[in-house]
Amino acid sequence: MVIAAALGALLALFPLAAIFSRRPGVHAAVHAACLLACLTLLAAGLAHLSAPGGADQTLILPIGLPWMSAHFRLDSLSALFVVLINLGGAAASAYGIGYASHLPSPKRATPFVPLFLFGMNMVLLSDDAFVFLVSWEFMSLASWALVLADYTRAENRRAGAVYIVMAVFGTFCLLSCFGTMVGPEGDYSFAAMRAHPLAPTAAFLCVLLAVAGTGSKAGMVPLHAWLPLAHPAAPSHVSALMSGVMTKVALYAMIRILLDLRAGVPWQWGAALMVLGAVTAVLGILYAVLEDDLKTLLAYSTVENVGVALIGIGLAVAFRDNGEARLATVALVAALYHMFNHSIFKSLLFLGTGAVLSATGERRLSALGGLLNRMPWTGALMLIGAASISALPPFNGFVSEWLTFQILLKGPSVPHWAMKFEAPVVGALLALAAALAAACFVRVFGVAFLGRPRTAEAAAATEVGWWMRAPMLVLGGLCVILGAVPVSLSQALSVALAPLTGATVVMSADLGWPWLSPAGAFRGSYSGTVLALAGLALFGITILLVHRFGTTRTRRAPAWDCGHAEDIVNAQYSGQSFSEPLARVFASTIFGASETVEMPEPGDMGTATHTARKTDPIWVGLYQSMVGWSIGSPIMSTSCSSCRCAAIC
Amino acid sequence: MSQTLSYDVAHLIGAIVLMAGFTLLYQRRVFAVLNTFAFQAFALAAAAAWQAHVQNAPHLWATAAIALIFKAILVPLALHWLVEKLGIHRAVEPALSIAWTMIVGVALVGLSILLVLPVTANAAALTRESLALAMSVVLLGLLMMITRHNAVTQVVGFMALENGLILAAVSAKGMPLVVEISIAFSVLVAMTLFGIFFFRIRERFDTLDVNSLETWRGEGH
Amino acid sequence: MTPVLLQLLQLLLVVTAAPLVTGWVRLVKARLQARRGPPLLQPYRDLYRLLQKEAIVAPSASWVFRAAPYLTFSAIWLAAMIIPTFSIDLYLIPAADLIALVALLGLARFATALAGMDIGTAFGGLGASREMLIASLAEPAMLMVTFTLSLLSGSTSPAIVAEFVLHGGIGLSVSAGLALVAMILVAIAENGRIPIDNPATHLELTMVHEAMVLEYSGRHLAMMEAAGMVRLTLYIGLIGCLFLPWGIALPGASGLELAGGLAMWAVRTLALSTALAVFETSIAKMRVFRYGDFLGGALLLGLLAAIFHYVSEAV
Repeated sequence: MVIAAALGALLALFPLAAIFSRRPGVHAAVHAACLLACLTLLAAGLAHLSAPGGADQTLILPIGLPWMSAHFRLDSLSALFVVLINLGGAAASAYGIGYASHLPSPKRATPFVPLFLFGMNMVLLSDDAFVFLVSWEFMSLASWALVLADYTRAENRRAGAVYIVMAVFGTFCLLSCFGTMVGPEGDYSFAAMRAHPLAPTAAFLCVLLAVAGTGSKAGMVPLHAWLPLAHPAAPSHVSALMSGVMTKVALYAMIRILLDLRAGVPWQWGAALMVLGAVTAVLGILYAVLEDDLKTLLAYSTVENVGVALIGIGLAVAFRDNGEARLATVALVAALYHMFNHSIFKSLLFLGTGAVLSATGERRLSALGGLLNRMPWTGALMLIGAASISALPPFNGFVSEWLTFQILLKGPSVPHWAMKFEAPVVGALLALAAALAAACFVRVFGVAFLGRPRTAEAAAATEVGWWMRAPMLVLGGLCVILGAVPVSLSQALSVALAPLTGATVVMSADLGWPWLSPAGAFRGSYSGTVLALAGLALFGITILLVHRFGTTRTRRAPAWDCGHAEDIVNAQYSGQSFSEPLARVFASTIFGASETVEMPEPGDMGTATHTARKTDPIWVGLYQSMVGWSIGSPIMSTSCSSCRCAAIC
Repeated sequence: MSQTLSYDVAHLIGAIVLMAGFTLLYQRRVFAVLNTFAFQAFALAAAAAWQAHVQNAPHLWATAAIALIFKAILVPLALHWLVEKLGIHRAVEPALSIAWTMIVGVALVGLSILLVLPVTANAAALTRESLALAMSVVLLGLLMMITRHNAVTQVVGFMALENGLILAAVSAKGMPLVVEISIAFSVLVAMTLFGIFFFRIRERFDTLDVNSLETWRGEGH
Repeated sequence: MTPVLLQLLQLLLVVTAAPLVTGWVRLVKARLQARRGPPLLQPYRDLYRLLQKEAIVAPSASWVFRAAPYLTFSAIWLAAMIIPTFSIDLYLIPAADLIALVALLGLARFATALAGMDIGTAFGGLGASREMLIASLAEPAMLMVTFTLSLLSGSTSPAIVAEFVLHGGIGLSVSAGLALVAMILVAIAENGRIPIDNPATHLELTMVHEAMVLEYSGRHLAMMEAAGMVRLTLYIGLIGCLFLPWGIALPGASGLELAGGLAMWAVRTLALSTALAVFETSIAKMRVFRYGDFLGGALLLGLLAAIFHYVSEAV
């Protein structure tokens, strides 16, 4: 009942916001109402999860097509995702209260935010294919409208065009997928689909279409091309929603179809998903590490994190098909933990980027610098987000990375050669992606927030207001808590996911409460709690000892810089120079990255130019050749002229 | 000495031969390639000697001696002399970048394991391992021949391939000496032929890059 | 109670012995290069001298610059706590396994790299960029070693691996051999030793680690230097504990056994650090853009080690 009321309120907000969009203060009011609705839904989700043995809540409404009624259901899986989505939704809505008025045309964005939230929640609650697809379209179209909120910019219009085509493709796949699963007498309810056995061909097609349809929404390579165009085009808090939350709805749909609606998806699909996930992770982060636009970079990093979650889902499918229910549970816990983490730190990072954008008007790394001294709150919170996404202990990203890696180590227990050989390869790619993510976010934070400001705008930046800071604070706090207390959430996930795999795993069985060590699943343990406490103690002891035995005198004096006394701001490393060695090692083959340097003849006073080019092979190979799209970013080239090279001796 | 330990040592030496095979792919200078090849041959001699000791098969001592004298000392010295004499360009010219060659190398090792496993399903794990090692060394030698332009590196690749064959021969119990001797001699002949071949190519084309030969097959021009 | 005491002892041991290990490597290198070299205890004096000097901080620096030395040091110290040196019966052992160890070292690197970029000079960025390049391949290589050891021994915890090796569980295995080589390559790269980086250089274009800490002085520099020393000791201890754990004391060991473990640790450390000095003297530093091949090789070796495991294992 509470849920229905909150959802109804979200739906009603859309026309209200549209009608009153010229009133002052309406944007803040709409976002505040969204915040309330999200918090209500969040509480409802939590209540469902914490109720002991909570029965599924179902609702059948006589709406929709004349001969069908609409089915809704809240089970533990959807409750988990309701929590996840409304957590991100609440943070973005609260942020929107302060942020919406900074937008160039808020009236084109505000009405669609509640609609977007409504669509996502409805997808989670739907219990038949019809409601599911209609809600899915609500979600897609509302987000499409948000991508076009600032339609005056040509690249946003391009992004909208690519997005709508890919969204239609995804929905088409899902529609056909449900078509293959439809029960006897055309029964489209999920219950009928569960009970309906499929012929082998239909089963194969069904899984293929499900992976393609949900994967395209989640940003799985090679269907990711729309994502880094569309996500950054929307206003920052909506980017947070699209990247942090909407991709999770897509992964929810994948889990729902592969692990709930279909009973026996063969392990080969799990193996395929793992490879897809590993490739997605590495390619996504490679794109990100070479990117200059902060929001596009974050969108590419979303592709990476979706890949990590896909590895977990793939493992769960493979384990379940081999009767390893407990391992399947742990794999799914790893995937879900990662989704929670990603929605938290990616929202945090997008909101922080929005703060930077509203303070400087810039989102290119090459135009920022030195922001930590000017925006201490945003800077410190972005640092937490960067450390979390780089999977560093004791923050939350590490917990899910650890779980994923541990469960991957159990991959060879599936008795097939393909799986045995695949597990180390996927492990190597996963580790590569994690290490590159650290490089990527050192680059982001180091270039944007440390060093000296590269432009006057960056030098004049000031801290943003409390309405924008508060949601970031909450998200940053969650990054620390979920990292330092890993057992509680993973235990809750294990219980909630048990119906899918058929086994509950006690996540701290071997050693007790603060030690993450699922009994029998793998012999290895981690305790963020103990590690964080011990680390803090050592940190304190170090400082005390140094200050006790050394001097505390400090002097401010110009930097040494090997004696280069000139104060040239552009001599510091830029984002491009930071990623140049990485590009040379990793991207010269994959992205055809190349550089040309043109030096004028001695005596010629012309400027020297340095051009770096790279090509996106997937875009060129798949999209351009198939549909003849030459829009987007077939060639990403950047050039700089006459800057002083770093390599002066 | 226990059976397992003797097998383990044999496998470790085999692994060193394999590592040397990878190091061959990793090198960028012709002289470093020759040194690595000498090291590989030395490890091979050690493998043969160990098998001679363990199997108590005196003829394997001969194999070890042949590998040591010819492959670890004479052939590298001769190639060294050739390179200096002919003034060959001393950088290895990879057709495929070093990183990719090594990735393909690992894939080939995976392939040889996959090939060996079903064939030896009934054999002991111990034979399987040495067979997989030997086959990997062969494939790596083949890979080297394919991905390196320079004729000297191609010869080294060929001989590394043949090292793999000998490794397989010595690990299998009861292989007669004839096989190894014939292999050793065929290599010697090949070596001489290659030497003459070098001089001839060099006289005609002023380079040892085998790509230059393509114009004489009637492709190009 | 014993695990707690042993843990505290290890904590002290690692920190107090670290400068000695570094001093020994320097001394051996100097002798091999026919120099007299600094006295064995010089690193202690250096650290003390640096602690007494005032710290100089550039005007553009933020709090990250000032916090990073302490964070780097304590992260590495924490990592060193969970690597068994003389006994595996340590209180904190279950808190972190090899994966968490890699991540803790990653945390230290993250802090150092950010500190390098904080002043906004060319060299700091150069060092940070190259360090992250090295880490981007060395970290996965290390995780592949972990993967292999876990396949062999069934656990990712260094203590359990050490116990497994001690009881002859691994024996002479090809996988373990390949993993050891990969591990050594990683250790060389992560400690900034030749051929990846030269700890003695201050020639701008060749430095990696030194470039990041170029702006540090006084107590901050002392912390950064000490962190490097502890990291070297940690890696030597790690290789020793995973691959040559003989003599290490098991839970419930007597006082004599503990003393024996300590002595064996000293012997291992001496041997490995001497080997490092010999190795460093005998080869030359490599070009920056060959790092990819070198560390990519380490990563592939790790992968090979994991794959080879399936051959020896009867399935």
